[in-house]
Amino acid sequence: MRVIEIPSSLDYRNVDVLYSRVRTGEAGPVLFDARRLRWIDPNGMLALLSAGRVAGQGGTRPRISVPTSTEVVGYLDRMGFSRAAARIFQSLPRRVRRRSARTSDVLLEITPITTNSDVHEVVDTVQSRAGAILSHTLRYPPAAVVQFSVILSEVCQNIVEHAEGPGWVAAQAYNWTRRLGRHVAVIAVSDLGRGFHASLTDEHSERFGDRWGDVTALEAAFLLGLTRFPDVGRGQGIQQIRKQVARWKGLLSIRSGTARIADAPPWSRNPPVQEGLGHFPGAQINIILPENTGD
Amino acid sequence: MRNLLAAPNANLVTRPTGRAVREAIEAELEGAVRNTSVSVIDLTGVRILDFSCADEVVAGLLLRYLPADRPHDVFFVFRAIEEMHGHAVGEVLDRHGLAAVCDFGAGDLRLMGPATREERAAWSALERSGRIDGEDTRPPPGSGALLRRLSERRLAYRDAAGRVSSLSGFAGALARQRAENARDAGADGSAGLPENEIGSNNHGDDDGH
Repeated sequence: MRVIEIPSSLDYRNVDVLYSRVRTGEAGPVLFDARRLRWIDPNGMLALLSAGRVAGQGGTRPRISVPTSTEVVGYLDRMGFSRAAARIFQSLPRRVRRRSARTSDVLLEITPITTNSDVHEVVDTVQSRAGAILSHTLRYPPAAVVQFSVILSEVCQNIVEHAEGPGWVAAQAYNWTRRLGRHVAVIAVSDLGRGFHASLTDEHSERFGDRWGDVTALEAAFLLGLTRFPDVGRGQGIQQIRKQVARWKGLLSIRSGTARIADAPPWSRNPPVQEGLGHFPGAQINIILPENTGD
Repeated sequence: MRNLLAAPNANLVTRPTGRAVREAIEAELEGAVRNTSVSVIDLTGVRILDFSCADEVVAGLLLRYLPADRPHDVFFVFRAIEEMHGHAVGEVLDRHGLAAVCDFGAGDLRLMGPATREERAAWSALERSGRIDGEDTRPPPGSGALLRRLSERRLAYRDAAGRVSSLSGFAGALARQRAENARDAGADGSAGLPENEIGSNNHGDDDGH
């Protein structure tokens, strides 16, 4: 059995470690060893699910060991990780009793996205929770819940419309006291679909010639708003998300294939483009919205 | 359709939903419209309107009814709440290079989407006067081409005699005419402001323009 060790901290900053250790369609059994896990964010959780599914494409469902920290297990349970993982891993993290006092910071549990009705469900769910977190915790104006819902709707539709594969979305609010000195909301979306490169190749590769690759495909979608559809109205989703996230001084990054592209605010160390990363077959979108401190 | 848009806090999200809404509106227009009319698309009961859905509903309708081979002679006014829908509608219009009249309530009618400064000025003047008919209200010198341009962009109504009306003025006139017709027929003739549910707000021009 091949063992893939999960770092003690797994979040948007280091999910590439996981992707680099997973091979598509592993021939033998794989164990994801998460015993040392102490910190994980929605990006980390969706990366674990994605990596598990990739590893299982060889025919053997991977296993996952349970974090020794009951706090982490409880958090994974509250975020719906156990439920989602049940479809991917042979052995599951043990479930702990839900602590209702801690549920208020969960903006959206891990939710599978395969159809447009899933997108409707996400929008319906998040509206009932996001208002208080956005206005009280992040100090956004009351109308922000509308824009936040639109962002979620558009990123989830990206899975249905473009990825043509299954995906998940999750969102959570945190207090990043040490890291940023303020609260943030983290939205993670991950799919195991075609990826941006494959999605855009038929329609756009020719015009880019030799430059066509994972980075160029991301730039085409992210910067130019191109999609595989010829309609003028397509491709607005990502463009509008970029504008709104920038208004809130947030971070937006998309990881697909061997590359990542980002709109990074000054507080983030994310480079605008990364290439030569471990191959990720679908796409992962990360959005971090910081508390409005009025500066 | 009527229930969908009238339902409070409905969320109009995803492209297939927008497509379904647009097709329902088109089907209702198909059955209801006989003459030139103004149709008010009332979004005020909609809570979340995302860009994909707005693209299908707003841009889709305008693009279908803008060309000369349009299925019916219908003008559209979008009734919306600025802080909830204005951004999505505006972005979609910009993306397509379209313009539309939006009613944000309390008499706040605006020309949304790309337009020249002169077009905006002419539209505002027309909106204030309601109608420019070449007699009582003569068009300012040089504004003829602008008014023609507004009517070509379906932002104003120009009748066979060359009189140009704002869409709100035209809709009001049609509603009054309908009320008079109803009164003459012995029915309830309450006219008031135009009703704005899809289907019941298609104020047809019985002159047959």
